[in-house]
Amino acid sequence: MRALCWHGTQDIRCDTVPDPKLEHPRDAIIKVTTCAICGSDLHLYDNTIPAMERGDIMGHETMGIVEEVGKEVTNLKRGDRVVIPFTIFCGDCDQCRRGNFSVCERSNRNKSLADKVFGHTTAGLFGYTHLTGGYPGGQAEYLRVPFADKTHIKVPQGPSDEQLLFLSDIFPTGWQAAVQCDIQPTDTVAIWGCGPVGQMTIRSALLLGAKQVIAIDTVPERLAMARAGGATTIDFMEESVVERLNELTQGKGPEKCIDCVGMEAHATATLDSIYDRAKQAMMLETDRPHVLREMMYVCRPAGTLSIPGVYGGLLDKIPFGMAMNKGLTMRMGQTHVNRWSDDLLRRIEAGQIDPSFVITHTVPLERGPEMYKTFRDKQDGCVKVVLKP
Amino acid sequence: MARGLGWFSLGLGLVELLAPQAVSRTLGLRGQERLIAAYGAREVATGVGLLLSRDPEPWLWGRVAGDALDVGTLATALDGRRPRQEAAGLAMLAVLGVTALDLASACGLASRRRGMAAVRRRLPEYARRSGLPAAPAKMRGAARDFVVPEDFRTPAPLRPWGVANEVA
Ligand SMILES: NC(=O)c1ccc[n+]([C@@H]2O[C@H](COP(=O)([O-])OP(=O)(O)OC[C@H]3O[C@@H](n4cnc5c(N)ncnc54)[C@H](O)[C@@H]3O)[C@@H](O)[C@H]2O)c1
Ligand SMILES: [Zn+2]
Ligand SMILES: [Zn+2]
Repeated sequence: MRALCWHGTQDIRCDTVPDPKLEHPRDAIIKVTTCAICGSDLHLYDNTIPAMERGDIMGHETMGIVEEVGKEVTNLKRGDRVVIPFTIFCGDCDQCRRGNFSVCERSNRNKSLADKVFGHTTAGLFGYTHLTGGYPGGQAEYLRVPFADKTHIKVPQGPSDEQLLFLSDIFPTGWQAAVQCDIQPTDTVAIWGCGPVGQMTIRSALLLGAKQVIAIDTVPERLAMARAGGATTIDFMEESVVERLNELTQGKGPEKCIDCVGMEAHATATLDSIYDRAKQAMMLETDRPHVLREMMYVCRPAGTLSIPGVYGGLLDKIPFGMAMNKGLTMRMGQTHVNRWSDDLLRRIEAGQIDPSFVITHTVPLERGPEMYKTFRDKQDGCVKVVLKP
Repeated sequence: MARGLGWFSLGLGLVELLAPQAVSRTLGLRGQERLIAAYGAREVATGVGLLLSRDPEPWLWGRVAGDALDVGTLATALDGRRPRQEAAGLAMLAVLGVTALDLASACGLASRRRGMAAVRRRLPEYARRSGLPAAPAKMRGAARDFVVPEDFRTPAPLRPWGVANEVA
């Protein structure tokens, strides 16, 4: 089959690779009908997340039709339409029973490696680093799904692939980012980053009833899309983020701050951005935490920081004293996709939201490699790329 | 790329400006020291422009024009009666190479600018992509039926007054 494979920094190729086979009775094979490129894939593309290997198949936003199931997968059959969550989970470990699927204790087949690096393992993820199992991803014609009796979202015929696909990641990610803030009707929610995750977060915060949603980015079309979702916008290259946020909150700062940017924050015209660039170049830190610092500074005391943006390793000059003294709550993590997916599927079916609004480019799988670049560099008005194998 | 060329401009310009004699001697252009120093000043100015401006494109076109002057001047050094023909020839090759780079990056930026203009034309389309069935103001709170799981709730003392009392 054809699949998008990682070959090194900014080197993704459409290769011909062997078809996946059932390896375990709890496996299923999916014939992929639609998949997408995520902002998390960009961290792999830029090689800022360790433990990728040449030839790894990319992709963790995937849906399709069940092709084949293992003996123990009794709740799926050939022909079922499914969206595959990016977090692989067993459903019966201590964490899964609490709904903490992204830290499932069993699904990471490189558990001992992860135990060493993270202290304790997290869940297996599709198309991601070998720290999370190195499972072949779904930017491919076929996908093997481990623990398939749990790791799936059954979806009805009716809605289009485009409307359902984002149940795999960015829609529940934006939702969980907002839920982590436990939004109150009096809250101002400030959201850094208007990429696909930011866009979903803006809509989620609005639907959950935030009084005011403020979105921060610098890409004009992404800011326009943020306003379409009801956000007030700040262009961080043109205005002072801190000043504007204080203005919009009568000098008190937003109660809830959400980081939908992650480790590759753009250099803004601030000193700390330049400092991060230099340190990263000398390999003294791995991530550029400009957004985290800004959130800690501007957040209202006793407020909440929600961090869906992905970080990889070591961060420097985090004003932790500020966060501690202000009594901030921090919530973060990879998304527990299936914890929210039934509820969100219902909202899509009820027409409360149509997540396909974010798609700007739909291309055949073979054009994936060039679209990584287009998406990364935000060329051609690109916000979200969907691939058709 | 534009920044790289900026640093290059600055370096070359400083050499021409500070040591015009050495440059003219190497290239067999004796008697042209004043001209070379002037070219140096030009290089420094474009270099600074390239490095400091938000939009390097006009400065890059400035470099392309400057390259043309350099090529013209070097051509006089290639006149058979002058000494140091090979040095001037090599310099000519180098200038032509840099000219190609200047042209390529100026054209690259120009096409990116056209791309941005196209995006700007399409902004109204993005402004309609709400993903919601009604105006955002109408949709605010449409999902208030959602029950935030206990482990995602803000501790009651950190919730706003009134709200905290309601749920406590
Ligand atoms: N927690 C999860 O489970 C999960 C799931 C999906 C994605 N993610 C992460 O969410 C993040 C965003 O993903 P995406 O798909 O939207 O990616 P993206 O790269 O398209 O979006 C990032 C946006 O942030 C903006 N930005 C950069 N620097 C900024 C700054 N200093 N201030 C404000 N905005 C800034 C960029 O212009 C861009 O629009 C990534 O880190 C991704 O890995 C996490
Ligand atoms: Zn993702
Ligand atoms: Zn588990």
